[in-house]
Amino acid sequence: MHVPDGFLDAPTSIATGVVAAAGVGLALRGARKELDERTAPLAGLVATFVFATQMVNFPVGAGTSGHLLGGALAAALVGPWTGILVITVVLLVQGLLFADGGLTALGTNITLMGLIGVGVGWLVLVAVRSLLPRRPASIAPAAAVAALLSVPAAAAAFTLLFAVGGAADIPFGKVLAAMVGWHVVIGIGEAVITALVVGSVVATRPDLVYAARPLVRARTLEVRRNTTAGDAA
Amino acid sequence: MRNRRFYLGFLVVALLIAGIVSGFASANPDGLEHVAETLGFSGTATDHATGDGPFADYGIKGIGNARLSGGLAGVLGALVCLLIAGGLAWMLRRRTSPEE
Repeated sequence: MHVPDGFLDAPTSIATGVVAAAGVGLALRGARKELDERTAPLAGLVATFVFATQMVNFPVGAGTSGHLLGGALAAALVGPWTGILVITVVLLVQGLLFADGGLTALGTNITLMGLIGVGVGWLVLVAVRSLLPRRPASIAPAAAVAALLSVPAAAAAFTLLFAVGGAADIPFGKVLAAMVGWHVVIGIGEAVITALVVGSVVATRPDLVYAARPLVRARTLEVRRNTTAGDAA
Repeated sequence: MRNRRFYLGFLVVALLIAGIVSGFASANPDGLEHVAETLGFSGTATDHATGDGPFADYGIKGIGNARLSGGLAGVLGALVCLLIAGGLAWMLRRRTSPEE
């Protein structure tokens, strides 16, 4: 979904640049509370993984492809604020080094895939997590639903921007239907990859998964109580 | 699984995806490109300022073999992301663990 230079006019690009800068500024503050010395390396690895996986476009039919955006995945593994920073780093490297995503569209891409992709992903994840049993195994399905919805959300946000400052005058409904339609299908791929990755990390190291923190802590307390009971007997 | 082994495993998987799996990616236009083509606004895209750069479009200039060029570019980009994001996270981290 990397927006190239030219799709949006200068005022819109400047506005999204301001929004992106403000969002990343908040994320730099928020991430301090999420990161400690065990999870900081994971943040670097999640950026590495998202960059790598974004190179692998998968076919979604009719000569079209999609790739992971990674917002929900990053939010689940390292937390929403750190997730925004991770996606921002990936977009900067792609735009500056690999000419993927326009330089004047950097603010737009950070807003769409960073702020909205991670933000919507995190909010949906928290909502779904509250409906599922309180155990770490609930995180992967919650992240999958979050991934599924985060992609069309970013696509819908692009449509809004295009209606405001798009380089071509195309009816809003037409762009919205096409963008959301295709990105729901891409969102299914996003959900599958996110569930696999988050599920694998939860299975091996649930203690490192940000979204599982409240659940892992609850479980640890239970185990301790049992051990004490056994010792007493 | 110990921290170091887990982190190393995660890194190896990511580098294999960037270096090898990426060579099998679909070359079709992505969702946004497809929509831009069918609705007729793909022509409004302008040239990228660093479109002639040494790594533009996930390749390394001067390497003829597409698989090798793309794979090396992928590994390079992945490692740059690791360095920047990992370094930033390390700088921002809390100095004491929450359990303590």
